[in-house]
Amino acid sequence: MDLNFSAADVAFREEVRAFIRDSYPAWLHEKIDEGEEMAKEDFLAWHKILHQKGWIAPAWPVEYGGTGWTATQRYIWSEETARADCVRLMPFGLSMVGPVIYTFGTPEQKAKFLPRILSGEDWWCQGYSEPGSGSDLASLRTRAERFTGEDGKEYYRVNGQKTWTTMAQHADWGFFLVRTDPTAKMQEGISFLLIDMKTPGITVRPIITLGGEHEVNEVWLEDVIVPVENRVFHENKGWTCAKFLLAHERTGIAGVAASKRNVERIKQVARQTQDGADSLLANPFFKRKVAELEVDLAALEYTELRTLAGESAGKGPGPESSLLKIKGTEIQQRLTELALEAAGTYGAPYFRSMGEGDNSFAVGPDSARRVAPVYFNMRKTSIYGGSNEIQRNIIAKMVLGL
Amino acid sequence: MDFNYTEEQTMLRDSLSRYLANTYDFDSRQKVVREGKGWNPAVWTAFAEELGILCAPFSEAHGGLGGGAVENMVVMEELGRAIVLEPYLSTVVIGGGALKAVGGAIADELIPGIIAGNVRIAFAAYEPQGRFHLNDVSTTLKAGQLNGHKAVVEHASNATHLLVTARTGGAQRDTSGIALLLIPADAAGITRRDYLTVHGTSASEVYFENVAVGDAHVLAADALPLVERIVDEATVALCAEACGVLKVLHAQTLDYAKQRKQFGKAIGDFQVIQHRLVDMFMEVEQAVSMTMMATLKLDSDERAAAVSMAKAKVGKAAKFVGQNAVQIHGGIGITQELAVGHYFKRATLIENQFGSVDFHLSRYENLTLAA
Ligand SMILES: Cc1cc2nc3c(=O)[nH]c(=O)nc-3n(C[C@H](O)[C@H](O)[C@H](O)COP(=O)(O)OP(=O)(O)OC[C@H]3O[C@@H](n4cnc5c(N)ncnc54)[C@H](O)[C@@H]3O)c2cc1C
Ligand SMILES: Cc1cc2nc3c(=O)[nH]c(=O)nc-3n(C[C@H](O)[C@H](O)[C@H](O)COP(=O)(O)OP(=O)(O)OC[C@H]3O[C@@H](n4cnc5c(N)ncnc54)[C@H](O)[C@@H]3O)c2cc1C
Repeated sequence: MDLNFSAADVAFREEVRAFIRDSYPAWLHEKIDEGEEMAKEDFLAWHKILHQKGWIAPAWPVEYGGTGWTATQRYIWSEETARADCVRLMPFGLSMVGPVIYTFGTPEQKAKFLPRILSGEDWWCQGYSEPGSGSDLASLRTRAERFTGEDGKEYYRVNGQKTWTTMAQHADWGFFLVRTDPTAKMQEGISFLLIDMKTPGITVRPIITLGGEHEVNEVWLEDVIVPVENRVFHENKGWTCAKFLLAHERTGIAGVAASKRNVERIKQVARQTQDGADSLLANPFFKRKVAELEVDLAALEYTELRTLAGESAGKGPGPESSLLKIKGTEIQQRLTELALEAAGTYGAPYFRSMGEGDNSFAVGPDSARRVAPVYFNMRKTSIYGGSNEIQRNIIAKMVLGL
Repeated sequence: MDFNYTEEQTMLRDSLSRYLANTYDFDSRQKVVREGKGWNPAVWTAFAEELGILCAPFSEAHGGLGGGAVENMVVMEELGRAIVLEPYLSTVVIGGGALKAVGGAIADELIPGIIAGNVRIAFAAYEPQGRFHLNDVSTTLKAGQLNGHKAVVEHASNATHLLVTARTGGAQRDTSGIALLLIPADAAGITRRDYLTVHGTSASEVYFENVAVGDAHVLAADALPLVERIVDEATVALCAEACGVLKVLHAQTLDYAKQRKQFGKAIGDFQVIQHRLVDMFMEVEQAVSMTMMATLKLDSDERAAAVSMAKAKVGKAAKFVGQNAVQIHGGIGITQELAVGHYFKRATLIENQFGSVDFHLSRYENLTLAA
């Protein structure tokens, strides 16, 4: 057991810091600081820089474009990118469908899709949830019927509705769970399809969330024709891919590095915020809450490190990752609560973004801008990726044997 | 001991409740929010003329119903149930409260205007640096001239008058040397920057530059104790609004839990959801109890401690009930489409309005737990 970084790790950290300092676009920082809504190209700017450097997919096996870093190096990488406030990379290609394709895909699928995920050429979205199938994902009803086309090739005809599809408005491709055998019992008849979002019959409609964001969508599929070679893994065995992916999704969701950065930010805001004759950070109530957060965050961090150590010893992400998801999202939410509280009266003004609309002038301190919408928005974290109630059910069943 | 409403109070509640149910449905409210003015003048006129609720807490001599804090509580809870945008709190509870307290010619002149709906008052007391501290006043009144900046003044854009605290002497956080003024909202030297709040009302940054203030505009000199009393009355009224908001959040969530099916049964069949709904229910009930307790103690020596107890409890309830209402709704809870998200927003803003949970716990400590 050893908590210290090796000399090589320290050198690696310096290399990473220097790279971020020299390569991260300053205008992207400004855009985020101003609270402006991010366009597709903004999300992709940093992605493309990392792709050029060969650092876009540290978690992938080297043969598919990974970096070959150790678990410690990957940890350092996420720490440093969070510390430098780098924009979050979209997870749908890199952390979700990419691993599914290199684990379960055919050589043709790997050759076609993986390079385009790495380069950022294809933007992916995740078509799992349906209006009637949220927590109970396996009850999904979107139907895919197989038929032979006039060209003699095999196709699926897909009909149904997906919902909550994040960033589908930008997506080039989507990975969808569809029912290919309606007679089989729930999990058995599901297949995993890769669908070109430009295929006729797909309609994407926005859902506006509480902070005013357009982040999620409804996706309607009407007689959408998909070649059979776009199915990953066996027909009716898509649930295997789905479960594999969900476990991956949950580990990333802990967000330790970003939360550490946010604790620092809140401390700084509280130091600069006047509360009577003193600063807010001198207020014993507020200070205690920050301290409790730091303790809980350290507990999460060391639990995650133990899990990662287990993974690099060959255990895949198991049901323990549910713990990381629950505690990680609770901390993310508490951080937004503290930020809103710190803003005091100035939590109330509503900002869409600077430079447009009524509130295009500064009201109150910069740190208060958008804290309320962010607070509202972050309620999603205990709902998506398997709600925190569902995660507790998983631990109860899989870990505790209840 | 009596926690029942009188016949008149029950009638007041029922007629307002009926009016709001018929005219102030969620879609109509959202339409007003989208128009971006932060209120609907027609609703205000109806409050004055059709319903007569604006007269509830005023004396019969002023044309009122002879009511007081209980009437405000009754009205505010109903307004909370429909997340009403219009400025009852700032005009009737705060502005009216100040006028009732000082009495005299200015009260005789303006209270009938409030009742008729023509006089609307916005409360300009909090300052950018002052957080929740009413004594933290750097706006000055010197030689008849008002200068300074007040933060997030709700409904200033539709007010006819501003109720302003200003320092006439002493240092920035001294408890003495603060005057309470009532000035015309369009007086020369007042500028505003208007914006919407996250729950859809309008608010403003209000700037005073050499605004001429005569003696007639000064409601009270050395007014901090009066201001604290007015804000305590407003805080209790806000707690009553919160009770309305939280009752609806709970009812809608209970309803949803019975209807929404996952894994072949209603999510309300899962024990974890049942217990959560029970915990929410208990929070709502305690919020209601504390609001009544504090309302009934407004005229006693225990006023300040009672109000801070109530607000601390209601603030916690607002967070717990609001967050869990969204959680139990799942994804649909965080969209603009359902009312529940908008009630959640209002509940969230109430947490910090007139002081956070921490602020009121420390105020309670300072008042009662001297070591
Ligand atoms: C912002 C956001 C982004 C999303 N992005 C995507 C995306 O890109 N792609 C995608 O496919 N999906 C996405 N989702 C959907 C997400 O996965 C679902 O919202 C989630 O699975 C919950 O489903 P639901 O919303 O239907 O809630 P429901 O399943 O109806 O749950 C309602 C409530 O009941 C509880 N509950 C349900 N079952 C049980 C049980 N057995 N025991 C105890 N409690 C239970 C839940 O915990 C929740 O509190 C996103 C959701 C959000 C909010
Ligand atoms: C100090 C003391 C004094 C008492 N005095 C009296 C007395 O005067 N007369 C008398 O008759 N009895 C008395 N009791 C007994 C008391 O009523 C029982 O202890 C109580 O009913 C719980 O039963 P149990 O101890 O068998 O626990 P169990 O019923 O076995 O419960 C164990 C745990 O499981 C939980 N649990 C059980 N069922 C459910 C469910 N459906 N859903 C969720 N959780 C559940 C319980 O909440 C508890 O946490 C007393 C007990 C104590 C501790």
